[in-house]
Amino acid sequence: MVLDPAHGGSDAGARGSSGVIESDVVLTFARLLRAELERQGLRVILTRQGNDNPSFDDRAATANGQRNAVFVSLHVSSTGPVGTARAYSVPQTTTTETKPTTERPALLRWDEAQEPFAVRSRRLAELVQIQLAQKFRGSPEVPSESAVHQLKSIAAPAIAIEISSVSVPDRAPLDQMAQPLAEAVARGVAAFRSLNGMGAR
Amino acid sequence: MSRRRKYILGWLVIAVIVAAVYFQTLRDSVMRLARPARTEQQARREVVQPPIATPTDVKVKAILFWASKEVTTALDAVEVELPLSADPALRARQLISALISNPPSPEQRTLPADAALLQFYLLPDGTAVADFSDPLATATPSGILSEQMAVDSIVRTLEANVERVKRLKILIHGQEVETLAGHLDLTGFFTVRAEAPAEPAATPAKASTDKLTPSAPPGKLSR
Repeated sequence: MVLDPAHGGSDAGARGSSGVIESDVVLTFARLLRAELERQGLRVILTRQGNDNPSFDDRAATANGQRNAVFVSLHVSSTGPVGTARAYSVPQTTTTETKPTTERPALLRWDEAQEPFAVRSRRLAELVQIQLAQKFRGSPEVPSESAVHQLKSIAAPAIAIEISSVSVPDRAPLDQMAQPLAEAVARGVAAFRSLNGMGAR
Repeated sequence: MSRRRKYILGWLVIAVIVAAVYFQTLRDSVMRLARPARTEQQARREVVQPPIATPTDVKVKAILFWASKEVTTALDAVEVELPLSADPALRARQLISALISNPPSPEQRTLPADAALLQFYLLPDGTAVADFSDPLATATPSGILSEQMAVDSIVRTLEANVERVKRLKILIHGQEVETLAGHLDLTGFFTVRAEAPAEPAATPAKASTDKLTPSAPPGKLSR
């Protein structure tokens, strides 16, 4: 399981007028989420440990170096109803994926690596979004599709989760979302791994 | 009436006239100061992107997409009467300019007020290239949701009003950039319509090839 706290370093991501910074919030969330997932027996890798900013390619390389990985990128939006969460997968533009297999195709173009996994990524997003909708009132019940740049080079099932938003007057409402978010993602990922015969790790 | 009373009355009339002129001037100044941001943005945009008028302009009811009033995470189709050109590239420029400058309310804005469309090209195969000024990237609120809504408002407006556009490439100041504001990928093309209408006369073979292109819903990135 590869968790990606987005942004970091000189790239703060979204900034609220009250000083809430996306890169700080997602790092806190990623640490909590790691603990929750490790309790389930999963091996968890973070794409960044502190306030640094690996490139999009470095983060993708971290994920693509793992076998049978699942990739989750964490974000906080500038807009949207506060206290809601959305899961995103890349749009399914082709029908290249035929059967769900855990095997990776032999050769992939780096910037198209996600395409063969688009159907599985959508399935993962659906399972996680169901959990998010139960935990966070006002969240949609189905996931969205978006050409998230970070996901396109990931050769594994990959989603982005974005919670709303940095526009809160202070961080408390966002911090309260951390534990339920960790539980929701952990349940969604567990269901996905079970459905895809990916075992405990 | 005594001479003294006439004298006072005369001065009073003069004072009332002076006060009326002064208050009108003061009122105009206050009104001007009340909207400095809007006029500044308008002035900047008019320098970078002068209004586009063509000889073939006809007033039509166009459908433009802005953020919904009720559901802030969705887009609403709004019918607007606009003078639009018969030339599809110029028509697209007029529509995108209206999308930037005329949202029904500030809350429904999807593209930054400072942004300007610098150029719009339409290739014979239906590929459109929209070149925006830097503020599209620097002033769009960072986030997957806000960036997706910005692009969707452009794509869906083109889909509804410019038949020839099949897919869209977005450039910032003439350059390809990785993302719009940190999230949404701008290195590929956004599908505007899966099947564009056939080219007028010249390239029928191309039109039939287009039908074989894998379909994708509007606004989705394709290679």
